Amino acid sequence: MAPAADHSTDTVLNARADARAQGGQVSDWMPYLPASTSPFCPEDVDAASLTWAETVAPGSYTHKVLARGTRFRLEDPTGEACAHTLVYNALEPTERLNVADTQKIPWQAYLGTGHPLLSGDGRVLATIVGDTSGRHDAFCGTSTAAWNALRYGTALPEGPAPAGRDLFVKAAAKHGLGPADVPPSVSFFQGVRVAEDGSFDWVGSSGAGTSVELVAELPLIVLIANVPHPRDPRPEYIVGPLRVHAWRTPETNPTTQADERFDAAPEVRRAYLNTLDYAEARGL
Amino acid sequence: MTTTINNPVMRPVTTVPVPVTTYLTPDGQLVSSVPVGASYADGSPLEWGGPLVPGAVVLDEQVAPRASWSGVVRAGQVLTIVDVGGNQSGDCLLYNAHDTDERYSAPDTLAWQDNAYIRTGTVLRSNHGRALMTVIENEIDRQDTIGGACSRESNTLRYGHHVMYHHGCRENFLTEGAKHGLGMRDIVSNINWFMNVPVEEDGALGIVDGMSAPGKRVALRAEIDTLVLISNCPQMNNPCNDFNPTPLRMIVSEPDVDYEADA
Ligand SMILES: [Zn+2]
Repeated sequence: MAPAADHSTDTVLNARADARAQGGQVSDWMPYLPASTSPFCPEDVDAASLTWAETVAPGSYTHKVLARGTRFRLEDPTGEACAHTLVYNALEPTERLNVADTQKIPWQAYLGTGHPLLSGDGRVLATIVGDTSGRHDAFCGTSTAAWNALRYGTALPEGPAPAGRDLFVKAAAKHGLGPADVPPSVSFFQGVRVAEDGSFDWVGSSGAGTSVELVAELPLIVLIANVPHPRDPRPEYIVGPLRVHAWRTPETNPTTQADERFDAAPEVRRAYLNTLDYAEARGL
Repeated sequence: MTTTINNPVMRPVTTVPVPVTTYLTPDGQLVSSVPVGASYADGSPLEWGGPLVPGAVVLDEQVAPRASWSGVVRAGQVLTIVDVGGNQSGDCLLYNAHDTDERYSAPDTLAWQDNAYIRTGTVLRSNHGRALMTVIENEIDRQDTIGGACSRESNTLRYGHHVMYHHGCRENFLTEGAKHGLGMRDIVSNINWFMNVPVEEDGALGIVDGMSAPGKRVALRAEIDTLVLISNCPQMNNPCNDFNPTPLRMIVSEPDVDYEADA
């Protein structure tokens, strides 16, 4: 039976009633509004403090503007998520994630707890403050349409194997940013390691139920594309749902001198100093 | 379309030694605000080399230490970059000359070839995964695209706030990019010709002593018309130029034969 047979939509009144009857349904992937109603609120978080709660569909994307000091946690419930992530200073989006500085300044290529996500302007946009996965990547970026066409035979944005870059371009557009504003990204939950000869060893996921938590050191535009890592060796386009929760309480603050991570390394200390200086001058 | 010049005149290095910015202290002493060593030392060996591929030279220019450069390399032409003084990082960004929204992408270049380093045969890809240029000859073991560019801002992180006014590659990219309508949003992770950035087993990563030498070269064939931006790295706080900034030479040739990469 055609779906239309389940609907009575012959008049405006009937059509309206039919549309309204569809409200209240749930999906495996959807935003939860208000955020405090999230069915997946992390145990250690007060639901009332949530400002963003969402399960991002496999092969899709999300984006949000977050206040300074917000904590946000990405969870990989199936072990198959891959959270390609970009962050921008929401006040001046020309300041954005700079992957080269993010690897070079801390003298460390692999992302983990304490690692700052640096802009090209000598400041910390976000800090990784928790990580139970340990399998991330800052080398390979996200997928392009050309790559997915090669790997999966299709990369249509509306098709079964959309490319991360194409999703980023749309997410960026929703904040007034164009294709030139989509720089190299980092990805969480699917890792690679660099071998002696420079080749990438695929380490993939560390399994279901891991999470990464970040703190917004400045007001942020956050873009996330949940698509397979470009070096995922499997021939199929495999990606799982991604859970996102963000919250704000009197205890969630940007990093200050009071935090141990502030003094973890001299380079990072100066990056925090630059960030606090900027925030202070702007009256944040 | 392309004008072939049979007897190209090398544009001379105009700023060697680099003119220093000075001011007079109250006791009459002239002090420079340019970091010591910003021009190369007297007696530095310089090897000017020549094109890596046979063919008519259509452009032959020198890039002074600390300076920037840009040029369009037409599809099929080959750009030879000469590391004249040895271990001089040529920070480099590439753009589709007809649509600069399409630009060099370090992650796509690395992900497609499944390797973190640039060597002979590496296809330098755009943010659409398309080939911009191909490395057809390379006289050092490997080239870097992980280390990014130095900048006034990142220098404050790496070395301290006292170096805030040191010149940096991002400054050069902004200056040179502005000539082509490019700005902050157009500066992405770059290539560093002749710079050495190993990734160690535990993920330790950093700029270490170079593997190049005076006269070492790399040759890039343009697959599409490509706008090339170069910053001849002025960094004086790490080994990206052996702490002795030297010139680069940029040579564009029309190769005699359809040149194929040998890797
Ligand atoms: Zn530099």
